[in-house]
Amino acid sequence: MVGGKLLNNARMAELHAREAPDRVRELEAWGAVFDRTRDGRILQRPFGGHSHPRLAHVGDRTGLEMIRTLQDRAVAAGVDVFMECTITRLITGADGVVGAFGYWRTTGGPVVFPAKTVVLATGGIGKAYTVTSNSWEYSGDGHALAYSVGADLIDMEFVQFHPTGMVWPPGVRGLLVTEAVRGEGGILRNKDGERFMSRYLPEDRRGEYASTDEEAARWVTAQSEGRVTDARRPPELSTRDNVSRAIYTEVREGRGSPHGGVFLDISYLPPEHVRRKLPSMYDQFKELADVDITTGPMEVGPTTHYVMGGVRVDAETGASTVPGLYAAGEVAGGMHGANRLGGNSLSDLLVFGQRTGAAAAAAATSVAGWKKAPYLDPVQVRDAGRELSAPLEQGSGEDPYALQRDLQDVMQRLVGIFRVEADLQEATSELSRLKARWPAVGVRGGRTFNPGWNLVFELRNLLVVSEAITRSALQRTESRGAHSRIDHPETDQAGWGGRNSVVRRRPDGSMEVTTTALPEMSDELRLLLGGAH
Amino acid sequence: MIETRPPAEVPARAEALPGAAIDEARASSVAKLRVFRGEPGTPSRYDEFDVPVEEGMVVLDALHWIQGNGAPDLAVRWNCKAAKCGSCGAEVNGRPSLTCKTRLSDFDLDEPITVEPMRTFPLVRDLVTDVSWNYEVNRSIEPFSPPADVPQSDWRWQQEDIERVQEFRKCIECFLCQDVCHVLRNHETERPFMGPRFLVRAAGLEMHPIDQADRRPYLKDVGGVGYCNITKCCTEVCPEHIKITDNAIIPLKERVADEFYDPIQWAWRKLRGRSDSAPDRRSLPVLQAGRQAEPSIEPTPERLARAVGEDSPVAEPMHAAAPTTSTPAAEPTPAAERTDAGKVAKAARATAGPRAKRARRRPDTGDETPSEG
Repeated sequence: MVGGKLLNNARMAELHAREAPDRVRELEAWGAVFDRTRDGRILQRPFGGHSHPRLAHVGDRTGLEMIRTLQDRAVAAGVDVFMECTITRLITGADGVVGAFGYWRTTGGPVVFPAKTVVLATGGIGKAYTVTSNSWEYSGDGHALAYSVGADLIDMEFVQFHPTGMVWPPGVRGLLVTEAVRGEGGILRNKDGERFMSRYLPEDRRGEYASTDEEAARWVTAQSEGRVTDARRPPELSTRDNVSRAIYTEVREGRGSPHGGVFLDISYLPPEHVRRKLPSMYDQFKELADVDITTGPMEVGPTTHYVMGGVRVDAETGASTVPGLYAAGEVAGGMHGANRLGGNSLSDLLVFGQRTGAAAAAAATSVAGWKKAPYLDPVQVRDAGRELSAPLEQGSGEDPYALQRDLQDVMQRLVGIFRVEADLQEATSELSRLKARWPAVGVRGGRTFNPGWNLVFELRNLLVVSEAITRSALQRTESRGAHSRIDHPETDQAGWGGRNSVVRRRPDGSMEVTTTALPEMSDELRLLLGGAH
Repeated sequence: MIETRPPAEVPARAEALPGAAIDEARASSVAKLRVFRGEPGTPSRYDEFDVPVEEGMVVLDALHWIQGNGAPDLAVRWNCKAAKCGSCGAEVNGRPSLTCKTRLSDFDLDEPITVEPMRTFPLVRDLVTDVSWNYEVNRSIEPFSPPADVPQSDWRWQQEDIERVQEFRKCIECFLCQDVCHVLRNHETERPFMGPRFLVRAAGLEMHPIDQADRRPYLKDVGGVGYCNITKCCTEVCPEHIKITDNAIIPLKERVADEFYDPIQWAWRKLRGRSDSAPDRRSLPVLQAGRQAEPSIEPTPERLARAVGEDSPVAEPMHAAAPTTSTPAAEPTPAAERTDAGKVAKAARATAGPRAKRARRRPDTGDETPSEG
């Protein structure tokens, strides 16, 4: 709650904290092999903003371990997986969402899925920016699909810029340098060799951080040995929003590294320890940047990483504001408030993936005659089919790759780490110009695995989320967490502290941007937060 | 209460840090890429592109440049661009490689760089192949089997006991090892062979400190561990540097040999009266032949049949899940307009489009960016 600057859905934060350990144990029972403590238990470590070492991990590839474990479990359980299928439309009936329309990327053939409940699990929106750690699939599909059927999106102004992405060479700019590097003791320095992070610590939390290099070093040693220590954590482990602003400011004020970042150094630790705890980072820098991180520093800078905003969901079930539609993971909003702490996405997926899946299944099977597929409106299906084919029939026209470059340029330039009204106003008018170009997009080639064709629908979705981000950012006239307004640098607790931004589609198709009061916090939590609230 | 810190002097406009697009003005030289184009049932060809080269550029950057400058429909499967998802595997100058970590600076740019799809798997289009066979093989392996009588709260093992298992679990399922393995590539065995990837997976389970299952009969009779003749090509191409042959395959061969070919073990089994022949899992699926060795423009009867969809069974979920329709491309989902799922599925079965069976894929999780939180 404190890391999220008190904008989190308190019930989601509570469920996450209570249930994450069970989900970790579940993964272990399904075959995940976590790093161990000296007495043979699961080893845990902290990331930025954590007051306890609480991340079960596998070196620097915890996500891969989760993927592989869940894959093996799904295979063993006989779960159907439809790969490389792009959903372009949700189909609605009188009672909400009743199915989905899309196409197989490997054949280009259209497909409908009648479904009593639909769970969105589409991740984030990183593709809206030029510099991102996300894969190409992070095109806001779930956000835009939910919006298109009238579901509320909340907190869309809160986009997390991860402080450490690669900055060189150009082709890998934005690739993630995991927070595990700082969790294992990585030190940030500017071009003058200054360990600058201590200058940027928020005054009210300064007491949680090491005051000398010696204390920070003692903390690092104790962590790597899984020992308890009275040393406080290094200043590099401040929250991501804060570290990103610090790096941006260092670079902007002329203290950056040669390629426009700062230095991140872990080479003072024994090489074999670095290679064992950070094998992916070792390989990534060695192979892509010719840098040996056991002997020298990395160059890093902020990169678009995660969107805290998303579909407004019920904390217990993941149900959206439209019946039949659910959302879990990054596409859902509320859990992380104004800033997400490191490691909390993986556990969010596990906790709310489980809850939402169970709730959606229960809802789907709760009605009489549930085995009968829902009625799908033929007009909606026909229109979705026409929309799907239109770019191919158009053939030549607006180039989707050019439109993508222009969109990313607008968001990167005008809706980045620091925002200001003039930029945001310019972005909204630029975005409406881009939106007007979209219907003319044409694609060459056939239907089989045509990436340009797929991009057309990603662009439609990215235009929606980009507008939602920009207009929510314009609305929130304060700075909080990942949202930093140059023209409103203060956190306005009285005016904005209790309010989430809400974006929804009006019946006439225009975008409504408004606010809603935060969900009530339980007395127990209020007591726990004490002075912070 | 919560402090934020804007830049020292407050500018009227924020200032973006530089972006990532290839800056042609910065480009130092030009690479000539020769890229395989084609799909089953049509003549294939190699297209050549002159790509501006920037420092640090990889082959995948060049392919993206091609998509954005002249060939928007070039089919490339990729995701993370960080050698972590394993989806961009292809053959670069004949060598199975992840295109996202193959640097252009490793080549003599006076010569063209040839990029082709993985040859062992059936072609979808251009550089994309159908790797779904691998997921079928994965299904045949007995999953992790912890002891039923030890509560999880009592599970303990040391870091050094799992280093080897963790090495195997680094696998990103790029299937370059499957692609390079000559047993699979040349289809040179009578029975299917599970290939290096799944020997690594089996080894990771067999060597787990508390796993209880015995996969040796399966490895011998179904997986075909004996077919591997230790040429170590798989280890050579592994982007995760897993010592596939030395650390996974050879120990598995030894375990199988101890169990089935050791006279003392054999006598012991006879005494215990345990069966040594029955495979515990079903047989492996057959891997379809991949692309022809040389691109051919001859339209064979088989290709023509495939082009008009004659040999294509319909997408059909494994269990009673969502019915899928897959209709010929030009006229989307007329069947769906009937709106009854049963009828939709039936109609789809009657009018399946080309290669609709690809709809039935096994879980691929290689498509994710396994970032740390």
